Order: sequence, then C-alpha cells, then structure tokens
Amino acid sequence: MTLTKAELSDLLFDKVGLNKREAKDLVDTFFEEIRMALEKGDTVKLSGFGNFQLRTKPQRPGRNPKTGEEIPISARRVVTFHASQKLKSLVENRNGDANTDQ
Amino acid sequence: MTKSELIDLLSLKYSQLVSKDTELAVKTILDAMSQSLVSGERIEIRGFGSFGLNHRPPRQGRNPKTGEKVLVPEKYVPHFKPGKELRDRVDFPKSNAQSAD
Repeated sequence: MTLTKAELSDLLFDKVGLNKREAKDLVDTFFEEIRMALEKGDTVKLSGFGNFQLRTKPQRPGRNPKTGEEIPISARRVVTFHASQKLKSLVENRNGDANTDQ
Repeated sequence: MTKSELIDLLSLKYSQLVSKDTELAVKTILDAMSQSLVSGERIEIRGFGSFGLNHRPPRQGRNPKTGEKVLVPEKYVPHFKPGKELRDRVDFPKSNAQSAD
C-alpha cells in the first residue's frame, strides 16, 4: 500500500469532518503552498516531520552514458528533504520487518 | 515557512473553516505521512514527490572519542525524491533553449 492524496483526503473527511470536496482541495493546497514557498527560495520547516531546503548546484561535467559523449550538466537548484530527529528515530526503531526498500 | 505559517496561509484560504480545523487538518496530514513511513509504507504525491525508506546495512563503526569498535545495527532512513513538477518549478528558468532531457 502507498499513501496518496486520495487517502489523505479521506482522513480529513473522517477525522476532521471536512466535506469531500473541501478535503481534496485542502490536501492539494497543502502541497501547493509548500511548492510555492520552495519556488520562492524559502526553506520549509515542518516541526516533527522534517525540513525542505534548496541547494544550488554549480555546473559540472557529465557524460552521456550511451554514447560516452561529454556534455555539461547545467547549474541548477534542487530540493532536499531532511527528516526531523523525531521522524528519523521513529523510522529507525521500527521492527526489522521492512519489506519496502527504496 | 514554518508549520504555523503554513496553517495561517491555509486558514486565510479556507475562511469557511474554523482555524482549529485547519490546524487539525495539517496535523492529520503530517501524522499520516509519518505513520505511513514508520509502517514501511511509501508516500506518493503526484507533482510533489515521493517518500520512502532507504535501508542502511549493519556496519562496523568506531566511537570517535575512545576509538573503540562498535557494531552499528542496520536501520532505515527516510528518503524524499522530488517529483517532476516540483523539480521544474524550483529550478532556475531555462533561459537558453537547450533541449530538455
């Protein structure tokens, strides 16, 4: 099983009592607000869960793995996620029955 | 942006909801996401990204203070992979018309 927006909406319907449309809309807006903050270059800190940060990477040499041809990988800005200490220790201490890697 | 700022932004947009409910909604979403990772379940949010667990095998470590060898047990660490829309939106605008890969 995978957690998706549909399950999150259902939870807001069940636990918060939002109607189905509001629930779906709020879940969409939740992620959209985070995207907008990151797009502006803001760090997003969700205490107890983790932080989303931006990293600027300089141009670096790369290679087309098929042809071996050298091509530069352009400078770019990427998002990184750092889980909170709380989430890390919760996950780390789960019983060793994990079948979901990657 | 912090969690409380995110709650404030959502409260403004959902003025029909009492702000307590908006706060509860944000907590519910984040708790469900944490819980899902704790139970070894992935999270997939189209256009945002996916969260999963990476396995770290047990390894021989060393106490940096005493130099003593210790066995570090295997563990799982949370991992996030940004989705295409998020990647594209946070990246610099592609000014020169390079063929996107």
